[in-house]
Parts: sequence; structure tokens; C-alpha cells
Amino acid sequence: MTGVLRFLEHHAVLYRRTWKGTIFVSFVSPLLFLAAMGLGLGSLISQGPVRTVDGVSYLAFLAPGLLAATTMQTAYVETTYPIIAKIQWLRTYDGMLATPLTIGNVVVGEICWLAFRLATVAIIFFLVMLVFGTVHTTLAPLAILVAILNGLAFGAPILAFTATQKTDNAFSVIGRFIITPLFLLGGAFFPIHQLPQFLQGIAWLTPLAHGVALARGLTIGRITSSAGMDVVVLLGYATVGIIAASITMRRRLSK
Amino acid sequence: MAASSTGSDALIHARGLTKRFDKLLAVDAIDFDVQRGEAFGFLGPNGAGKTSTMRMIGCVSVPSVGELRVLGMNPVKNGPRIRARLGVVPQADTLDMELRVEENLLTYARYFDIPRDIARRRTRELLEFVQLSDRAKDGVEPLSGGMKRRLTIARALVNEPELLLLDEPTTGLDPQARHLVWDRLYRLKQRGVTIVLTTHYMDEAEQLCDRLVVMDKAKIVASGSPRSLITQYSTREVLELRFSIDAPPSLDSKLEGLADRVEVLPDRVLLYTHDGEAAAAVLHGRGVQPESTLVRRSTLEDVFLRLTGRSLIE
Repeated sequence: MTGVLRFLEHHAVLYRRTWKGTIFVSFVSPLLFLAAMGLGLGSLISQGPVRTVDGVSYLAFLAPGLLAATTMQTAYVETTYPIIAKIQWLRTYDGMLATPLTIGNVVVGEICWLAFRLATVAIIFFLVMLVFGTVHTTLAPLAILVAILNGLAFGAPILAFTATQKTDNAFSVIGRFIITPLFLLGGAFFPIHQLPQFLQGIAWLTPLAHGVALARGLTIGRITSSAGMDVVVLLGYATVGIIAASITMRRRLSK
Repeated sequence: MAASSTGSDALIHARGLTKRFDKLLAVDAIDFDVQRGEAFGFLGPNGAGKTSTMRMIGCVSVPSVGELRVLGMNPVKNGPRIRARLGVVPQADTLDMELRVEENLLTYARYFDIPRDIARRRTRELLEFVQLSDRAKDGVEPLSGGMKRRLTIARALVNEPELLLLDEPTTGLDPQARHLVWDRLYRLKQRGVTIVLTTHYMDEAEQLCDRLVVMDKAKIVASGSPRSLITQYSTREVLELRFSIDAPPSLDSKLEGLADRVEVLPDRVLLYTHDGEAAAAVLHGRGVQPESTLVRRSTLEDVFLRLTGRSLIE
């Protein structure tokens, strides 16, 4: 346990320098999205024939979905380039592993750090949602936990994958063919049931659909019977990802 | 062949130590012991298995077969406890480019659970020791290769290790920077730090090592002090002859009886003899006129050539 704390100190030293910038970005991004899409596009929808999406204003529909989609993006960014840099480009881990720190400390430490970063992003996003007045239920703050779990469900498997890579070539492929399509089509901007049938199937296989459904249910006060299943899927992705990351990181770093 | 027969009180004790990567046999059943307070070297060309051996000693890489004890403990089971007492200078610097010079030491000290005030004091002393005090607040990137190397050495000393492992400490450094590193390592040795290093520079091995093993193709091919190796595997002197490339002479008959051994290299001919000057005079008498002649003492390079038929640096 102390090993994990010592490992996290390294992150903390670096974060002390960059936290203002990352916090600023974490505010601006939801601010812009909720203003442009939620208010701007939302006002068009409210004047249209349907007026609401899934029974609520477009802003209220969009915000929790975007919260989950944002932690997915954060997880992707945090577990690709910075990790391969520490494995291969800067060899930071090699330096650490010449000390009492263990590979287990590194894996657990990176997951803890990811959770911390996801928490800051999710909390700030939630604050912006409060400002936009889209939070109406007492259970809504739980959406922050859902967003963190959703991020871990992406971040842990990606971390496991990153540990197998020699170059960063595959990361842009993941970005282009998994993260961006999911961000746009995965349920944040419009209901998944509007997708063609086969795409709906695919969407529900990913963690994001479940993260979005949970976060949305909590903030608009409509928890359905499938919520338990959503939690199980997210926990499953995160757990399997962490186990896989332990294996691939050990394989990579103990050569 | 065992480098030493004592085992129990050795700081490092290896028997039949083997490392295999898929199909590649990187280290093939080597035996050696390193005693407290000595400077011990692995001399060999690139790919001989030196780094793999170091990584096993450093408790990073798990031995495939064989017995290995470091500081009396099993590296597989007691990795963190052993590493707490080791200093490691890897082949490629792993300095933190995002941190300043002194932060590199302070942060590293924390991995060893060293309290901050002690870490600060040691950082100050170590930067002094490696002559980088005036760069304490600077970034790492602009430092020269030699400075980075010295900073890495300082970082490896932050936990006051009993055993310092250095993997090719001066590869890629210019001569002046190398001598500075050697000087610091020599001081550490005098303070009683046990040093284990790998190198493919025979002068480095001769300068620093009390005892060394010569590695080639994953095996130990000889062991002993630099002096004893030279005595055992070479002659006192070497006469080097260079000929013009256009007219390589036919020497066969003219070298007869002149040297214990003759090595014909692409660019020169080496005559291993007790008395180089005398041999040169005889050659001259036989009408051999090389472009240049040089008489020198035998080095570990000659030992390696004798043992493997190849040069250390190819």
C-alpha cells in the first residue's frame, strides 16, 4: 500500500504544475457542449413537433450522457500516450522498478490515478450541470460515481492493451474507430434506440451505453430495472481490464 | 567455471544462472560470486548476456533456471527488500525529463520511503558529489550526456546502497566525461560500496575492476583479476605491425619463432611476445618493413581476442 502511495507522489509532483490547465479545460469543454448542443440545438428541438427527447428537455437528456462520454475520453487520453511514454519513451517505470516499488504498485497506482483524474473531470462536469440547471434529483450526484466507473471500464482495458504496444500507431486507430464513434453515436446525443438494429446491438456491448443509461437515469430520476445490469457490465469491464493490465504490464516490464 | 568458490557470505551468489527469452538463450548457466567491498565486472561484447545478468541481479528479470542470491536473499521472493539496498544505473538513462535535476533525486528518494528532510540533505550532498550542484534547479534535457550519467549515478546512490549495479556506465561518453565518471566510481569503491558493472571497454574494466568475468555468447569464458587474466591468456608485450593496404606482405616464413602467438587482423598484425622491441629488431633484420610498428603491453582486449578470436568492439 505504501508503494502505491509512493508511486502516486510522482503523479502528484507533476500534477502540481499542470492542474490549473487541466481543471480549466475540464470546465470549458462541458460548458461549450452544453451551451451549443444543449441550449442551442435544444431550443430547436423544443420548437419542433416532439419538443422533448425521451420525455425530458434535450439539455436534460444530453448532459448526463455527455458526462459519461467525457470520462470515456479522459480514460482514453490518460491510458494511451502517457503510459507508453513511461514504458518505452521515457522508461520511467524502469527507473521506478529499480526501487522497492513493484509492478503491482505501478498497475494499482495507475488505476488509482486514473480514478482521481476521472473524479476531477466528473465533479467539474457535474458542477457545470448544476449551473445549467439540469440536476433535479437527490440521487443525481451518484452519476459522478457512475461516470468514474464508466471511465475505468474503458481505461483499464486500454491500459492492458497499451502495455502490449511497441509504438503509438494503434492509439489513433482506437481513437478514430472506437472512442470518437462511441462519443457521437453511443447514446450521449440521441437515444440508442434510434440507431439501426445491428448498431444498437453493438452499442449495448460497449460500457458507454450502460454508463450513459445509468447516469441519465440518476439525473432525470428514472431508474429502470436494467440499472443493476448496467452496473454489473461496467464493473465487469473494469475488473477484467485491471486483471488484464496486471498481466500485460508484468509481461512487459519484467523482461 | 566458478569465479570464486566461496558462496555463503557473498553479496551475490550465482550458480547455473540462466535466462531464456523464447528461443534466445541470453545467459547460459553462469556461475559467479561477488564479495562485499569489491568492484566486479562483466566484460564482453554487445549481446553477450551482460545486461540480462544485471537485470536478474537487480530483481527485475526472473531467472529461467539456476540459483541466484543477492544480499543473501532470493530475488524472486524478496525483490522489494533487496532493491531497497541496491543502487541501479541502467544502460539507458531513465531520468525524469519532466522534473528538474534536484527533483529527480527527491522524487526517487521517496520511492525508498526516505523522509523528505533526509532526502533533501542527501540530494544536496549527492549533487555535490557528482559535481552538479550548480545545475540543481535546471531541467534535465539540456544536460550533456556525461552530466545525465552522473545524475543517474547520484540518483542510484540516494538510498545509500550497499551494492551499486552499473550497466555500461560510460558507453557513449567522450573521454573526459568517462574519466569523471571513473573518478567518482573509484571514490565510491574507496568508501566501501560494492560495485558490479558491465562494460565492453577493456580500459574501463582494467581501471575499475578488482575482479571480472569475460562473457561471450551467453557464457563466462574466463575469470580473474585483470592482471591475472592478462598473465594467463596473453604475453607481457604485443608488437603491432601495420602494412600499407596496397602491398600486404607474405609474412608466413618471416615470423617464425618470433612470437608465442600471431593474430592477423584486417588492419594489422599482432605478435604476442615477451619482448616486443627485440622481436621488432629481428623482423627488421629479416627484411620486413611495416609502415608502422608499435610495442605495447597486453590488455584485456588481447585476452578477449585470444579467448574468442574476435575483438570486443566490432
